[in-house]
Amino acid sequence: MADVRTETMTVNMGPQHPSTHGVLRLVLELDGETVVSVTPTIGFLHTGIEKTCEQKKWQQVIPLVERMDYLGPQSNSLAFCLTVEQLLGLEMPERVQAIRVLIAELQRISSHLVWFGTHTMEIGAITGMLYAFREREILMNLNEMLGGFRFFPSYIRVGGLREDIPRGYKEAVKEFLDRLPGKLDEYETLITKNPIWLDRTRGVGVIAYADCCKWGLYGPIARAAGGDYDVRRAFPYTGYESYDFDVIGASNGDVYDRYLVRVAEMRESVKICQQALERISPVGEFACNDKRIVPPPKDQVYTEMEALIQHFLIYSQGFKVPAGDAYVPVEGPRGEHGCYVVSDGTNRPWRVHMRSPGLMACQSLHKFIVGGMIADVIAVIGSLDVVMGDVDR
Amino acid sequence: MSAAEIITALAASVPSATYEPLVSSDSDVTPGILVRCEDLIATCQALQGPGLEYIAFSDVTAVDFHPNRDPRFDVVYHLVSPHRRARVRLKVRVNKDEEVPSLTPVFPGAGWPERELYDLFGIVFTGHEDLRRLMMPDDWEGHPLRKDYPVQLRKDAQTYMPLQVTEEEFRANMERDRYSRQPTPKASTFAKATVDRSASQAPKE
Repeated sequence: MADVRTETMTVNMGPQHPSTHGVLRLVLELDGETVVSVTPTIGFLHTGIEKTCEQKKWQQVIPLVERMDYLGPQSNSLAFCLTVEQLLGLEMPERVQAIRVLIAELQRISSHLVWFGTHTMEIGAITGMLYAFREREILMNLNEMLGGFRFFPSYIRVGGLREDIPRGYKEAVKEFLDRLPGKLDEYETLITKNPIWLDRTRGVGVIAYADCCKWGLYGPIARAAGGDYDVRRAFPYTGYESYDFDVIGASNGDVYDRYLVRVAEMRESVKICQQALERISPVGEFACNDKRIVPPPKDQVYTEMEALIQHFLIYSQGFKVPAGDAYVPVEGPRGEHGCYVVSDGTNRPWRVHMRSPGLMACQSLHKFIVGGMIADVIAVIGSLDVVMGDVDR
Repeated sequence: MSAAEIITALAASVPSATYEPLVSSDSDVTPGILVRCEDLIATCQALQGPGLEYIAFSDVTAVDFHPNRDPRFDVVYHLVSPHRRARVRLKVRVNKDEEVPSLTPVFPGAGWPERELYDLFGIVFTGHEDLRRLMMPDDWEGHPLRKDYPVQLRKDAQTYMPLQVTEEEFRANMERDRYSRQPTPKASTFAKATVDRSASQAPKE
């Protein structure tokens, strides 16, 4: 036995690795198949969006922040718009709030479907990816109806929405909501009690709730570890306090529980979407009636001088936001998505900062991985659902 | 809980500190408190105490008020109390060459956000174990999120050459690796690889 070599091996995983969800680089130190240490390296996707935002007018920031977390873009823009509306002191009409809730929940389903597809595929259940992307395609089509853009519709604007929901949108959403629960059952039949899946995920990547608090991990990760913190409940925004839904929790904090929480969250999102659909009248307000911020309707622009001037002012100079700072969190698909905005009273933001749930998950990777097997690294990264655009910004 | 109430609760546990309530448009949900640099760690520990229970770390960020204000940076901390469903915002004002105590002993989750601030603002956090650049390359000049960092100036593109070795160096590396296949103490292979890399780094541009 004296000849047995006991040195550790250093393995570089990523940045170009199919299961690192983009460009995450991990330097893993291995002792046999056991992970001794992990050093994550990020920054490969750093695009300086926060700096670019400072050069733009308030409404022009929205397409930029949507490109941060590119799987849940409209939760980014919702956080930004809510923060700016907080600074402006705007109240949204109920119909706008209901449409925003509908969009935010469809966004959560869309993001969770991508997570489901990639996570199951990485562990080896390739069928999951094919099925989940089939449903997500419908959500992409719904986005296209809203904004003409499949990924980043920029539909949520400061002061309301870009325009009214298109004809046929409600029916299309309803059709999707009727379809999804059955499809979720189908996925669960494949995965949830699959013995291979259980072996790969149960007791893997365990984290305690106390650690989640210390490391800034919220969202499905903390709820799978026994937490009950959900921004929609704790700090309700856009009228979430009036919706009937459950905050899904689990207690073991392993990969399997995070899987259960996310799948159950999709079902809760369907419930919220159905309630929101009932509240959206076919015709009505799609923005607040603050003339400083919302451009006048096109027919007025073409016929009235005042409306034309207002239209010109809004599109050339933008609007001014009172000086001050605000932070409004929303419950994004990955956890607390917050936007911290500082205004100096002009038509451009002084500072825009997005709180990134993925950054927190990446920095605490060693809590999940160290001591486990190298094959579990893939399962853990998948279950944390990091999006590198959100991590690097 | 308003900022004034939190300050009263804090005064009992951190008697030496001075606080100042801050006004913002969201103070009803997120009360703001201005904290002196030296009181920051004690304050964050006291905020976890009974009655306050701000046990969860949310975020650290910074704002640069460069030409307009003299302590030019605001370092902004957000803490959450999941049980009480309450938030609090702490602000520390620092100037360019001043240092902020790192929050990592209290909240290890502050590690990477503080690295990010060091990278993008050049704010130094004392007591941080691993204060390196996070987003930008290690040899980047300047701190991009500072207000005096040029944005639209034309700069020459920098190119980074990959590691290049001569034929002799390549053969020497092969020899070295052959030697290291002997039983060696733990973790020594990693150190050797880094030594060789710096010796043969090609010049930039």
